[in-house]
Order: sequence, then structure tokens, then C-alpha cells
Amino acid sequence: MEQRLANTWRMTVNEKKFIESALLSGLRVDGRNVYDYRKLSINFGKEDGSAEVHLGQTRVMGFVTSQLVQPYRDRPNEGSLSIFTEFSPMADPSFEPGRPGEFAVELGRVIDRGLRESRAVDTESLCILAGKLVWAIRIDIHILDNGGNLVDAANVAALAALLTFRRPECSLGGENGQEVIVHPPEAREPLPLIIHHLPIAVTFAFFSDESTLVVDPTHQEEAVMAGRMTATLNTNGDICAIQKAGGEGVPQSVIMHCLRIAATKAADITVKIRDTVEAYNTERALRKIKRHSAPVALDVSGTGPNVRKNQVKSQDQRKVSGSVGSQVDKLKPSNERNDSDQSNDIEGILTRGVLTRIS
Amino acid sequence: MEYVSPEGLRIDGRRPMEMRKLQAEIGVVAKADGSAVFEMGNTKVIAAVYGPREVQNRSQQLSDQALVRCEYSMANFSTGDRMRKPKGDRRSTEISLVIRQTMEACILTQLMPRSQIDIYVQVLQADGGTRSACINAATLALADAGIPMRDFVTSCSAGYLNSTPLLDLNYVEDSAGGPDVTVGILPKLDKVTLLQMDAKLPLDIFENVMQLAVEGCKAIADYIREVLSENTKQLEYRRGL
Repeated sequence: MEQRLANTWRMTVNEKKFIESALLSGLRVDGRNVYDYRKLSINFGKEDGSAEVHLGQTRVMGFVTSQLVQPYRDRPNEGSLSIFTEFSPMADPSFEPGRPGEFAVELGRVIDRGLRESRAVDTESLCILAGKLVWAIRIDIHILDNGGNLVDAANVAALAALLTFRRPECSLGGENGQEVIVHPPEAREPLPLIIHHLPIAVTFAFFSDESTLVVDPTHQEEAVMAGRMTATLNTNGDICAIQKAGGEGVPQSVIMHCLRIAATKAADITVKIRDTVEAYNTERALRKIKRHSAPVALDVSGTGPNVRKNQVKSQDQRKVSGSVGSQVDKLKPSNERNDSDQSNDIEGILTRGVLTRIS
Repeated sequence: MEYVSPEGLRIDGRRPMEMRKLQAEIGVVAKADGSAVFEMGNTKVIAAVYGPREVQNRSQQLSDQALVRCEYSMANFSTGDRMRKPKGDRRSTEISLVIRQTMEACILTQLMPRSQIDIYVQVLQADGGTRSACINAATLALADAGIPMRDFVTSCSAGYLNSTPLLDLNYVEDSAGGPDVTVGILPKLDKVTLLQMDAKLPLDIFENVMQLAVEGCKAIADYIREVLSENTKQLEYRRGL
């Protein structure tokens, strides 16, 4: 409510009338067409599972983290997904620090409905031990700059972060297979989440004149609008969620019209997200290869080393980061063919992780 | 689990297009300016309206229209297990926001500047469709308080289970994981003001389900009109007219 009041006092009557009358002739203040989105760009952070989205002037960051917890009693073999929003006061003077306000809660719940109720993220694959331990995925959304249409930007940020997130691999061990061992990312490659489809949120703003509606309202258009509707759809033609929380009444035909427009917009945004995530994944894979190329630089005299080099190279190509210990184990049989002291040197050097030329 | 039997009966014996039994009563809270109890089957909701009155928080006063505030809470005893936090949790905050914005669409706030209208809704028994029952109760309470409105707002929910559109879901059908479409309309103007949906649904089926919910809303609007005219007759009778 404070946000609404802040907008009303910041906007002058002249500005309001200007925006409204421009919309009557189908013109928007920033020059876009009525159904056009602003420029959308997605950047990823250094860690897996962090994304920053720019939608025009709106900036939102999404972070995904995971934790092992006990499952809910009524769903013992499913993991959980929770969304937390942080409306920082640096984004908009009307946001207050501390407990999330109404709009923060609404945004969190709209994104939550789109992701969880539509089963976009597969929660059954997050189960490790039924009834005892499951992965709880937590999505944190931080609003950095409120340029209007936070829902869409936050949704894209959440999806991008989920697509690039990797959770540690764990295996069952112990005496009766009841102990869970979580492997660090250096030991075993972390796994991506299983995401069935991408629910994309498209927001429409309605104005007091019946026939006027715009897609992706800016901050100023939001201050003038009489009602808003967010439709979350995926590219399979399903509607995942709709949120029209009161505001100006619109005829049913207009709602169906909006949903059809939203379907085309969702397709565009999905393509964009997938392309950027694809680029990120390739770049990430390249980074991993560079890390493992160091063992190939081993140069040791004698017939044994050639066999060793090949073994190390083939490990590389499989791109499985085995621990240094297993590398040494694989090299042990060929070591026995050489002098014992030379092989000991090599073993010692490998276990220390330092690779130098051995004359 | 089968939610619609082969003969076409639901779990509680209704037909797919059948709504639950409606019951409403006006003027239940003596101190409030307007109040109502609304029952849809086993869901029972009480609404109280205070206003228009002076704004309590001067900084929030609006110079050209009335300030509408709404608070939704569920009584601890309303659900099967005793609830831990009846208000202040995220669901209640969202539903309060939704109800407030829905009622704001129909109240003629321009006629009452610098004043405040408070709507308090409490769920006494929850069996699915609490959001809709709250909006219907709030409409009745506002009418009882004599607050000028553009039109009623009536609300109803519909779902889609076992390939059948179902009207007015109860708790069991709602928690089945199928889609739940809640619609709130202004019946005379035939405009949709509230529309919420969760879970996946293809676009063409959605149109049918929404249409069904709108029909349900219109039926509720007829019932509300009846209740209000009956109430007016009683008031006239007591006044000796």
C-alpha cells in the first residue's frame, strides 16, 4: 500500500494525463509498441545458480542454494522449493527494509505458483532418503532497481538461476546404506536440477479506458494504471498461473485476447533464456577442461610415462574429475615397471599436486 | 483417486456444474457498520465493515478518495488441525491484498475523500473456496453498511479434475493438485475483476472453466440480491412502512 501511495504523490497530474492520453492513441512514453517488451538481458555470476536480469531499467538478481533437510510429513519422498524475495530500499524509496510488504509477498507467491504448482521443477529427484533427507531448494530474489514490471523480471531471474544451478552429488553409504555422503564439487561433478518446462510470466496493465492495455508496464505506467494481470505460461500451450488481483474490471474477451498475446511473448522469452543458458553452459564446460589440462603437461623420461600420459588424457576426455588419489592408483601398475625410487618420486609429486619435469 | 464417478457424481454427491448450498445472514455484528455471514457448503465466513470513518493514520490519508483496508484471517479452529499462525503469514497477506483490491474496484471511493473503510474478514470454517466466500461476505457487509458501490462483486471457484470442469471446489477437490480457477465479477457490468489460477491447464480448457466460474458468480449474485431485498423488506416492516 505504501508503494501505491508513494507513486501517487510522486506523479504530477500533468504526467498522468499525458501518459493516459498518449495511450488512447496507442503511443507509449518510451516509444514502444503496445505489445512490445523492453530489452531483456541475462548475466550470470561466477557461482552456479546466480543470475542477474535487466529488463529495460528493472534489475533483479536471483540466487539458488540448496540444503539437506527433513521432508514434510505428507510428502516424504519429495524435495521442497521455496522462494524468498528481498525488496531492497535502494530499488525504490517506497520499499521499506525489514519484513516483506504486501507486494513482495504477492510477487513471491506468483512466482511460487508458477514454479511449484505447475511442477516445473522435479521435486521427486531431490529425494535422497525417503522420509529422512531431501534437498530443499531455496530461491532468493533481490530487487536492485524498480523500473516497473518486477514480476516478469524476477521470474526470468529465478528460471535462469535454476537452470544454471548445480547441486552436489551424494551417495548412500555407511553400514546399512543409511548414511548420506555429500561429495564436494572437486570430487564429483555437481548435478543440474531437472526442469520439465519453463513457466514465463507476462504482465499486462489495464487503464481506465476499456480498450487500452499494455504489455510490460514501466514504473510510470504502473503509477497510472487501473489494474494489472500476470499470466504465467509455458511453450507447451499450458497456462501455469494467472494473477489478476482485483483492480479494473475487464470483459472476458479481453482476458482471452491477453492470454493469446502472452503465449507468443512467452515463446520469445523462452528462446532467449535457453540461448543464454546454453552459452553459459558451454563456457562453464570450457572452464572445466582448462582446469584438467595441467596433468597432461607431465613429462617423464622412460617408456612408462607415455602410457601414463595417455591414461591421464583419457580421464580428461571423460571429464570426470576423479580425486588425485584415484589417479595415483591408476598409475601404480605402470610404476612397478620402473625403478622403485623414481616411481616413488613421481607418486609423491603427484599426490602433492605439483607437476614438474623429471629428468 | 476418482473425483468424478462414472455416473457423474462428485465426492459429496453433487453434479459437476452444481454449486454448494448458499446461506447468508446480514447484521450479525452489532457494533460494526455492516456485517454478514456467508456460507458456501461447509465454508463459513464472517465479514465486518467499519466506515466511512476518519483515517487513523494521517500519513496514509488520500485527499481525493477513500482509503480501503482489508484484513483476512483464518480462525485457529477453522481447519482440521489447529492452525499455528492465523494471520501475518504470506498466504493471509496475499489474500488480504487480493480482497482489498477487488473491493476497491467496486466501491465508489471518489465520493468519500479523506476517509477510511475497513473490511475485516474471518474464516470460521474452511472447506475450500474461502477466498470466494470472503469476497461474497464482504460485498454483503458493504451493502449492509450502506457504502456506495458500483456493483456487487461476487466470486466463485472452478476446477478441472478427471477431464471434467467442476464448479465450486471443496477442500478435498482443491488439494487434489488440479487447477483451481477463482473468478470475481461485477455481474451487472459483466466484467472480470478477480482472476487467479494455479496449476497447469491448457488454454482452450481454461476458457471453459473460466466461463463455468462466471456462471457460478452470476448465480451467487442473484442469491445476494434476494438476501438484500429480503433484508430491506424486514427493515421497512420494522419501521412501519
